[in-house]
Amino acid sequence: MTIAYGLAVPRTSESSGGIDTTDLRPGLGDPVHDSQRFFRKLLSAMAQPGRPVELPGAPEGPVPLDPATAAAALTLLDLDAPLWIDWIADTPQLRAYLKFHCGCPIVERSQTAAFGLITDPEHMPRLALFAQGSDQYPDRAASLLLQVPSLEGGPAVTLSGPGIRDSAVFAPDGLPDWFWNDWRLNAGQFPLGVDVFFTCGDRVVGLPRSILAEG
Amino acid sequence: MTRAAPQSESVVEAGYNFAYLDEQTKRMIRRCILKAVAVPGYQVPFGGREMPLPYGWGTGGMQVTASIIGRADTLKVIDQGADDTTNAVNIRRFFARTAEVPTTEATAEASIVQTRHRVPEDPLAEGQIIVYQVPQPEPLRALEPREVECRKMHAYKEYGLMQVSLYEDIARFGEIATSYSYPVMVNDRYLMSPTPIPKFDNPKMDDCPALQLFGAGREKRIYAVPPYTRVKSLDFDDHPFAIQQWEEDCALCGAEETFLDEVILDDKGGKMYVCSDSHFCERRRAEGHRGRLSEGAAKAYAAAVGADVEEA
Amino acid sequence: MYVAVKGGEQAILNSHKLIAEERRGDTAVPELSLAQIKEQMQLAVDRVMTEGSLYDRDLAALAIKQAQGDLMEAIFLLRAYRTTLARFGESLPIETAGMALRRRISAAYKDLPGGQVLGPSYDYTHRLLDFALAAEEGVGAPEAESAESGIEAAIPRVTDILNHEGLIEEEIALDDAAPVGDLTREPLRFPAERDLRLQNLARGDEGFLLALGYSTQRGYGRNHPFAGEIRLGEVAVEFVPEELGFAIEIGEITVTECQMINQFAGSAERPPQFTRGYGLSFGHCERKTMAMALVDRALRARELDESIEYPAQDEEFVLYHSDNVEASGFVQHLKLPHYVDFQSELQLIRSLRKRHAQDRREAAE
Repeated sequence: MTIAYGLAVPRTSESSGGIDTTDLRPGLGDPVHDSQRFFRKLLSAMAQPGRPVELPGAPEGPVPLDPATAAAALTLLDLDAPLWIDWIADTPQLRAYLKFHCGCPIVERSQTAAFGLITDPEHMPRLALFAQGSDQYPDRAASLLLQVPSLEGGPAVTLSGPGIRDSAVFAPDGLPDWFWNDWRLNAGQFPLGVDVFFTCGDRVVGLPRSILAEG
Repeated sequence: MTRAAPQSESVVEAGYNFAYLDEQTKRMIRRCILKAVAVPGYQVPFGGREMPLPYGWGTGGMQVTASIIGRADTLKVIDQGADDTTNAVNIRRFFARTAEVPTTEATAEASIVQTRHRVPEDPLAEGQIIVYQVPQPEPLRALEPREVECRKMHAYKEYGLMQVSLYEDIARFGEIATSYSYPVMVNDRYLMSPTPIPKFDNPKMDDCPALQLFGAGREKRIYAVPPYTRVKSLDFDDHPFAIQQWEEDCALCGAEETFLDEVILDDKGGKMYVCSDSHFCERRRAEGHRGRLSEGAAKAYAAAVGADVEEA
Repeated sequence: MYVAVKGGEQAILNSHKLIAEERRGDTAVPELSLAQIKEQMQLAVDRVMTEGSLYDRDLAALAIKQAQGDLMEAIFLLRAYRTTLARFGESLPIETAGMALRRRISAAYKDLPGGQVLGPSYDYTHRLLDFALAAEEGVGAPEAESAESGIEAAIPRVTDILNHEGLIEEEIALDDAAPVGDLTREPLRFPAERDLRLQNLARGDEGFLLALGYSTQRGYGRNHPFAGEIRLGEVAVEFVPEELGFAIEIGEITVTECQMINQFAGSAERPPQFTRGYGLSFGHCERKTMAMALVDRALRARELDESIEYPAQDEEFVLYHSDNVEASGFVQHLKLPHYVDFQSELQLIRSLRKRHAQDRREAAE
């Protein structure tokens, strides 16, 4: 008999038994290597903000997720990553998909989530409504998966900061009109603040809190 | 130059996961890496795992590498700048066994470089990742042993203690008496330990096109410097930061601006200097560069340390 | 020159062959079996399981054999194995009041319900080398006499007896549903609560805790301890599988438990009463549990409003330095090559010496 003490809290109480798996979309074809590949893309997006990164082979998730959004969710979420989802995305199919493939707890209050999944950016909560981290632990801030109708064609901002050689232009479409003003506040309280992955189709753009957006 | 992973030693089939760590641990570390990139220079605490190598051998760097590495990668591992030191060999072998990735000694061919104590002489390029092994991530630790206090200093950007300590050096010795682990400010916000690299390598961190990741296993911290980020070595207007310089050149390849190892030749003070970056030196010799050491002596030395010397 | 050997890989493989050879020793001597280690080196097995954080006598015996009897190396081997195991959940707390006792003593009372049970102990052996153990023919099958009346089942703990009078603080978890911390999954944060402190001490190095516990007795943080009770025996481990929804017994483990009773003068809110220090180990590790209980009590200084002046009371100091896998690694990593840093220091020393000589010359002129 092997008993390891100091075990983790069992957080798997919602077993797959309670999930309606009819119509469940498949997850990653090769979980070990697909998630590694997607993670590297996400890492490169976060390390080189404003630069669109393609996620070839991103899976078709349930409506309304774009493949890049589904890939990011499957790559990053698990039991230890509480997720908040916006009302459009919050369908039984999507809940079942995330529960089954990631097992992440879905929380009601955006402030308590490690990740936020937003598919209707126009009606998204203000950035300050997500966890901002604390002075001593700025890492305890939320990451947002923000799915937009397009990564181009919206009002353009000029990005600068770590990861950007000189400056980069970024013009995602479909954001609420307060967004870039909120972003200024977000970047202004660095090292606190949220970090964002903008997703659309099979592409992702990273925007960490360290980046200034002028526009 | 790139070597395929030896199939015979692979343990991927033997029940261990790809790159040793389980997927949940990798995800935890990956989330920490993303936060580390978002807050350059800030040390993210992570649930470090016990690795099958001892703490101090590079378990932090190995966990970072294990969490990012994939089949498409080519790995270079160096220790003291050299690919062939026992610890570098051992870590390279670990990833060849657990992740079956090709390995290389050529800096330019590597997509991931894991290092202890050096930054390669060849400039790193966009898209590459360098993973530093970190014995002590806290730059303030020598001045303040308490984690609780150091954390407050970082939170409020109170780095006066470090400035005072450096200034005391100048008052006492006429210069800053720190030759490695020379503290840096990242993006003008966080004081960061560059790890025990010689201060000679500090400038390579500044505005570097590659992503720099740092893993401290025993202390359970991960931090990062994104590409093109300002990394400034602390100094004073009247005592600007300066790197080490040698009066000699590399005895093997004649390089004038590399970090040199001192090699003791006898017990009468005889010595020579050779590049610490073994691959860089080898490549230069292959290109026909020669140092002051006679052909025969260079060969004898190279044979003694097992380095390849191309026939001229 | 031991560095820069291109044959490094070959050297490593050969070094492994050499340790295999040394481990086996003289092949004229029969090879040690795991069963022999498990049965005849039980206390070593117990220590390795305790500090290795894994209750598995067979694997601990294997680790001891593999490590040539170097217990810290064996602990490391077991830890590195443990970290790869899947987690199924957590057991219910073990009930030590229901322990099937083999040993139970209290230094606080002469006699008490359930009595004093000396059990297997070196306490009153005369430390004279027993040459009978060296005899070729071995010791045969020694057998102890068993008492006519067996030990009662479920003997109350001494601290529970004191509880009736309110003389000792009660230990009730504030929130039974609150998750128990796990420092193997989350890095330590300070201030650390008692669940994490106890986990750290249970995994901590016996020698380190022994020295710290000793320091509290000698005056570096006096806390007037009494060995309220030490008990050794078997307890059931229960687990609630999700699909059943009720507890089932999944096995039995041997543990040693030590409850230290310490004086406490009281504070504005709390009347004077005894406080507790707690120690628990897998198997039979009496010295470890006693030292652990002393250090646990010392680390409660913050909670009990005592002044924190001594190393044993300093949780950063204790918790960051207790782990022998971490400590051994970092101390021994000094044998890895550091010649780049050494070269940097050489350069610096030469430059400082040059300046020093120049300053002296100028002063002389």
